[in-house]
Amino acid sequence: MFKTYANGTKALKGASFDLEPGEFAFLVGPSGSGKSTIIKLLIGEVAPTDGKITVAGFDVSAIKPRRLPQLRRRVGVIFQDFRLIDKKTVYENVAFAMRAVGASNKQIRQRVPYVLDLVGLDMKSKAFPTELSGGEQQRVAVARALVNNPGLIVADEPTGNLDPARSLEILTLLQKINELQTTVLVVTHEKSLVDQLSRRVIAIDGGRIISDGTGGYYNYEEF
Amino acid sequence: MKSFRAGYYIREGLSSIFTHGFMSFASVFIIIACLIIMGSFTLVAVNVNKIIGEFEDENVVLAYVNESYSVDEARALTSAIEAIPNVRTAQFVTRENAFDSFLSGVADKSRFADIDASVFRHRFIIYVDDIAGMARTQDDLLNTQGIVRVTANLIIARAFVTLRNIVSGVSAVIVAVLLVISLFIMMNTIKLATFERRDEIAIMKIVGAENSFIRWPFVFEGFILGLLGSLFAFIAQWGIYAVVTDALIPGGGVSFIQTIPFSQVSLPLCAIFIAIGFGVGVLGSSFAIRKYLKV
Repeated sequence: MFKTYANGTKALKGASFDLEPGEFAFLVGPSGSGKSTIIKLLIGEVAPTDGKITVAGFDVSAIKPRRLPQLRRRVGVIFQDFRLIDKKTVYENVAFAMRAVGASNKQIRQRVPYVLDLVGLDMKSKAFPTELSGGEQQRVAVARALVNNPGLIVADEPTGNLDPARSLEILTLLQKINELQTTVLVVTHEKSLVDQLSRRVIAIDGGRIISDGTGGYYNYEEF
Repeated sequence: MKSFRAGYYIREGLSSIFTHGFMSFASVFIIIACLIIMGSFTLVAVNVNKIIGEFEDENVVLAYVNESYSVDEARALTSAIEAIPNVRTAQFVTRENAFDSFLSGVADKSRFADIDASVFRHRFIIYVDDIAGMARTQDDLLNTQGIVRVTANLIIARAFVTLRNIVSGVSAVIVAVLLVISLFIMMNTIKLATFERRDEIAIMKIVGAENSFIRWPFVFEGFILGLLGSLFAFIAQWGIYAVVTDALIPGGGVSFIQTIPFSQVSLPLCAIFIAIGFGVGVLGSSFAIRKYLKV
């Protein structure tokens, strides 16, 4: 993947990696290394300058704008700042992701309680996001990302606004989702969490992948 | 549009009006204010035009009949005169009636005791459709057999025409400017309301919502707000008009100013208000949301 922005910034200079279906991986790197650009490329928010990106069968590098919704339905995204709609309840926040893809009311009534139960929020379905803790809000975001049964979940610094205990809860939840055969890519700075989970770690710096291996060798000091 | 989706769009649009109460109120209020300002000026302009028209009607043409014509011969000219273009009505006045009318306006009638009606001519009081064509009508009357003299106050007619043209032109420009300003303000208010919800739109895009799924509730919301604004503005305009016209004719008495009854202008005004409210609401929200959909 190559990406040069209109202002001349070269965000990616030939970064390349594969994620197998059902895999769990961390993407780590310092600020400005190109992590956010990779996420934007994966969901079609920006187009690559050069290179080829294939996500869930979609050639994202050449995707037509009208096909972007189909791509985004196959990729669940979780953000550091949760990005929930404050004026909708927990249930509505999750249900509306299903409505957006044309699910019927019956399908919504069946699926949303199941997903809320999976993330441990079945008792808080009527609460509004502002009434929840940070960890709970992030779990709503996980439920929303998961509700349409995507092939890939991309989490952009999902624990950035959480304390260590809540961060571990979220990562444990993502591992649980991964066990259901959903591919998970987590972008994070949390050294202790990455080391603790001992999963595949893709390190990026200066727009290039500098290391790619499994657990135990990730050294935060490098960044 | 699938039926369950249509229901969702309507429910979502309606609920958004309440969940974003302040911006909804601001949008409706701005639409009401702009429509009332524009509507009030339009009604003033329409009434001024009507008043000028009434003064124009007072400016009649007098056509005098040949002295040798009998009453019946003179009266028989009515159809020929009314056939002249621009003549609305021709009212026949015998020389006796003209003399009586003259005397009724004189304080000392004894001064005219030695004259009789024979010094007057039979005549026609002619009302024209358009005083701008009064000079041509005067010529046509003079070419009518039996008419020997025509008096028409062409200077006053020209003055009225000029005044009417100025009032019409100035009104049209002011109404057009007010319309553009109102549209600008209303569109911006709706844009502001949409701007407040750009994060919500971005989230919808991220979860894979198609543009139509995002747009329709906004368009429906804009439609409802525009419709509410125009209906409230119409009702308020009605009230304001009633109060102002009552003030111009105190105690229900007769004034020299006769305003147009609201019922006469209510239908076109209501249609214009609804068209503007609908256009601003629907187009405003569609345009406002467009740039947030390009994510």
